[in-house]
Amino acid sequence: MIEIHNVQKSFNGNQVLKGITCTFETGKCNLLLGGSGTGKSVLLQCIVGLMQPDIGSITYDGSVFTNNKVQIRQEIRRKIGMLFQGSALFDSMTVYENTEFPLKMLTPEMTKEERRDRVEFCLKRVGLENAGNKMPAEISGGMKKRVGIARAIAPNCTYLFCDEPNSGLDPLTSLKIDELIHEITHEYNITTAIITHDMNSVVEIGDHIIFLHKGQKLWDGNKEEILNAQVPELKEFIFSSSLVRAAKKVDDESEGGLSAITDSTNSQSAGS
Amino acid sequence: MVKNFGEFLLFIQSMVTRTERLKTLWQRTLEESVIIGFDSIFIVAIVSAFIGAVTCVQISYNLVSPLIPKSTIGFMVREMTILELAPTITSIVLAGKVGSSIAGGLGTMRITEQVAALEVMGINSASYLVLPRIVAAILMFPLLVILAMMLSILGGYLAGTLTGAISAQEYIEGLRTDFIPYNITFALIKSVVFAFLVSAISSYKGYFTTGGALEVGAASTGAVNNSIIAILLADFVLAALLL
Ligand SMILES: Nc1ncnc2c1ncn2[C@@H]1O[C@H](COP(=O)(O)OP(=O)(O)O)[C@@H](O)[C@H]1O
Ligand SMILES: [Mg+2]
Repeated sequence: MIEIHNVQKSFNGNQVLKGITCTFETGKCNLLLGGSGTGKSVLLQCIVGLMQPDIGSITYDGSVFTNNKVQIRQEIRRKIGMLFQGSALFDSMTVYENTEFPLKMLTPEMTKEERRDRVEFCLKRVGLENAGNKMPAEISGGMKKRVGIARAIAPNCTYLFCDEPNSGLDPLTSLKIDELIHEITHEYNITTAIITHDMNSVVEIGDHIIFLHKGQKLWDGNKEEILNAQVPELKEFIFSSSLVRAAKKVDDESEGGLSAITDSTNSQSAGS
Repeated sequence: MVKNFGEFLLFIQSMVTRTERLKTLWQRTLEESVIIGFDSIFIVAIVSAFIGAVTCVQISYNLVSPLIPKSTIGFMVREMTILELAPTITSIVLAGKVGSSIAGGLGTMRITEQVAALEVMGINSASYLVLPRIVAAILMFPLLVILAMMLSILGGYLAGTLTGAISAQEYIEGLRTDFIPYNITFALIKSVVFAFLVSAISSYKGYFTTGGALEVGAASTGAVNNSIIAILLADFVLAALLL
């Protein structure tokens, strides 16, 4: 479990995060939902230590991360995997080398054979067993995200962070990536935090959803509760999509309409 | 300006505190050496051979007095290329080639979050990305400068003998006149200093790129401009101090 307590961050007097307190639960997909420019990426960067929050603390399973000793921070960092918005693959390395990289750097005690097994396992897990020799420039956006996931989980991460994992992907590929992250989270009991502004992801994989608006947390709950939330900003955000409006209408007219929709998408995707 | 310089010093410091394992850094240094050194041989060879040739032809054009022996041409080509042209011009050429590629490469890594990806893994990105580039430059610049010295003297020889301005024997006699070994040492010291300046300034420019593709281009240009200015300033300071 990751606990975030009263995190504040300003840039040149412009307060981007106005005291955010929330928790990311273990073994669940925790979604950070919110419009563009609400500070989701800044919050994530504070959580993983790419930025220092001005005030506030972040605790990983009981060990404090903010302002702690370098060794302790380093130890926590080694358990963090991150999928970046643009995948951030090292473009001078092949898919295989990208996945192997964290193992080479972080676990020097692993032999070459052990590394190869682990890389092959991870690439297979994300469905890329035949793409190991390709360069990042040669593969599609969806494949890049998969490599990003493989690289993140290669060192057996305990915490997985994804910044807009389905930005720039078509709906079907988005769904596949969402499902992959969801499956991996549950398979390995990872604490996963996903930034998104996509209602499809919410309905698909939102085990725990945190709604951010202008640097503040306005709501949190699960995907069953979100459609009936009474926060005006959240309602406006959710029902900006006519698809969701329609779903909500069906839901209101016939009891359990929405769950019927979610269930059918789930069973469809599980079948494919 | 002063703020930039302070940041620059902090940047250099961050690179050498909490470094990666030596084996990793050495491997990275070898990789960078190939890019900085081997890949620059062609341009350095062309430039230095022509500079030697042009120097020889122009000196012989200016030496009209029958009182001055022709071997002076060989002597002057040697002095000019070893002391100034080989180290300085080579470094300026490398500032263009190596500086822009360092700044462009690091800038691209920064804006595509590859630097952040390293940091999240707990890797000191400055040490991993920048230190090997600086060390590789410090190793490769002197070698390229030695190559440039030899090729410019050879270029002068070919130009002088082929145009008939000077005979082979006179040229070689000139090369051997009053040779001061310290001049070579001085040129190599210069090349090490220039190597550090070019690689460190370009790395700094690239590493702290913010924004998008446009800023990466600007970082490359800035890296080359600042490197060249730094080379010329250092050239003057070193000449004043060490000669
Ligand atoms: N390094 C930075 N320096 C200054 N301002 C920043 C920086 N990073 C983000 N911001 C500002 O913080 C706000 C939130 O950005 P971000 O977290 O990227 O939004 P999003 O929720 O879309 O991910 C934006 O207005 C942005 O301009
Ligand atoms: Mg963002």
